[in-house]
Amino acid sequence: MSGVEVQNITKRFGRALALDDVTVSFPDGGFFGLLGPSGSGKTTLLRTIAGFHYPEAGRIRIGDRPVEQVPVEQRDIGMMFQNYALFPNMSVADNVGFGLRVRRVPAAEERRRIAETLDLVQLGGLADRRPAQLSGGQRQRVALARAIVTNPKVLLLDEPLSALDKSLRVDMQIELKRIQRDIGITTIFVTHDQEEALTLSDRIGILRAGRIVQVGPPREVYDRPVDAFAAGFLGEANWIPDSCLAGLDLPASPQGHRFAVRPEALAIGTAPDLARNALRGRLVQRVFAGAMATCLIEVEGSPWKLVARDRDIPDLPGAGEVWLSWAARDTIAVPA
Amino acid sequence: MTRAALPLLGRLWLALILVFLYAPILVMAAMSFNASPFYQLPFEASTVWYEKMSANPQILAAALRSVLIALATTLIATTLGTMASIALFRYDFPGKRVLQVLLFPPIAIPWLITGTAMLIFFFAVGIGRGTPAVIIGHVALALPYVIVTVTARLSSFDITLEEAARSMGAGAWTVLRRVTLPWIAPGVVAGALFAFAVSFDQFVVSYFLSEPGDSTLPVLIYTAIRKGFTPEINAISTLIITLSMTVMVLAARYSRLGGDR
Repeated sequence: MSGVEVQNITKRFGRALALDDVTVSFPDGGFFGLLGPSGSGKTTLLRTIAGFHYPEAGRIRIGDRPVEQVPVEQRDIGMMFQNYALFPNMSVADNVGFGLRVRRVPAAEERRRIAETLDLVQLGGLADRRPAQLSGGQRQRVALARAIVTNPKVLLLDEPLSALDKSLRVDMQIELKRIQRDIGITTIFVTHDQEEALTLSDRIGILRAGRIVQVGPPREVYDRPVDAFAAGFLGEANWIPDSCLAGLDLPASPQGHRFAVRPEALAIGTAPDLARNALRGRLVQRVFAGAMATCLIEVEGSPWKLVARDRDIPDLPGAGEVWLSWAARDTIAVPA
Repeated sequence: MTRAALPLLGRLWLALILVFLYAPILVMAAMSFNASPFYQLPFEASTVWYEKMSANPQILAAALRSVLIALATTLIATTLGTMASIALFRYDFPGKRVLQVLLFPPIAIPWLITGTAMLIFFFAVGIGRGTPAVIIGHVALALPYVIVTVTARLSSFDITLEEAARSMGAGAWTVLRRVTLPWIAPGVVAGALFAFAVSFDQFVVSYFLSEPGDSTLPVLIYTAIRKGFTPEINAISTLIITLSMTVMVLAARYSRLGGDR
């Protein structure tokens, strides 16, 4: 196993700058989530690490080995594709064994490792099936098995779970995390699903327009976003209108900063909570969704959102004046 | 409702088309088994014309030459056409559209003109007439058919399969052999069958490019008819049609497989 170092990578497609001087370090054995809107360069970064693109400038190291000029097939990576890319003309066992056969692993060892890896992804009984005979979740497991069977230095996942429906996706997230921890492989994955990024990663990198915005553990990035984009992209942010700043307990000077509160940090009531930061607003809508509820509130003309357990929200007048309050330490400050 | 009337008219129409297409061929095939050299009825079953045909060294030599030329054409056109299709599928390069368009005229331009042009050109560059010239000409005619069938099959190919294979350590040759070719195989087979048929049935270009006394089967038939018709021609023609139709039916089956799955 080994970490991956990306230093000052620049990649253009024609005139478009897909990666703009990106430097980021992927720790050995870590699960690193690359998160960003479409066109942010996250997939390009993953595919550049894989070797499908050669960068115009910069260095890439997998372990101790510089690989920026090494072709894909010699980088010793495992990759899982968004559509799984299983070979339709091969059985599950042959799909998983492909990388072993290419490396001329002896037949007996090949069989043993295919069986071991299929057991690891809990597909033991399906070795002889064709991809067309598998469910979406099973295909996903085959794709994962195929990517890790050769013990690659790094595992690259391109939107690994986006093709699955929601309940299956949550199961697979847990499964993926378990397998990654079992084999301890350095893993980099691309997603546009912030919840998935928070669930799976022990580090997150947020990209925007070909640049790294912020890198850190999920909690740190969520609690202390470095700028307005990071605050709004990972989780939701209620921005405090400038006209309301007076009288609030703020973590930084109002000059040169903007302030936000996460929807789940808010409490709602019909009177202000004087011990905490409080703002007056007008309740627009209360949406019941089982255990949780969402309230849409207008604060000085800007739309706010509150998320809480439904039982924690008091009875409110149908629509009208309400007070929102939050602990001072829950205020997020970013440079304006 | 006209539901009943329309199918009836339609069927009649279809029957007429089939009659005009196949009746002459069937008559010819029947006559090849008729003992009379003058198409006389009643029909008297006989294989005398087939016996005469197979005893004619000129016909046998021409048939062998036709088959060998068709096989050579098939081999060359299928290899080149498949390579070209894969390149056109994988890469974007300046002038790609123009190149793709330029590949089709051989299908549209009358063979008479193609043949004349090739004859002039081959003499100009010193290839002249003869079997190599015929093969080059046939390859040029067959190439577009191969490219069309292989490209049709490739259009349903998922390029990430190649990427997946490479990510698992497979080099270019392994990717081609283990991933790409198995997928496009039905298209390649169909293209090869088309190439064989184009070459084997080709008259005009062969006539222009082959040397006298060195002709292919269609050219021999034409020359024989000009000298005087014998029912032997019916026998040869029946055999050629049987072979060509078999090839075409196979090609159609393979290319249909290529389209759907």
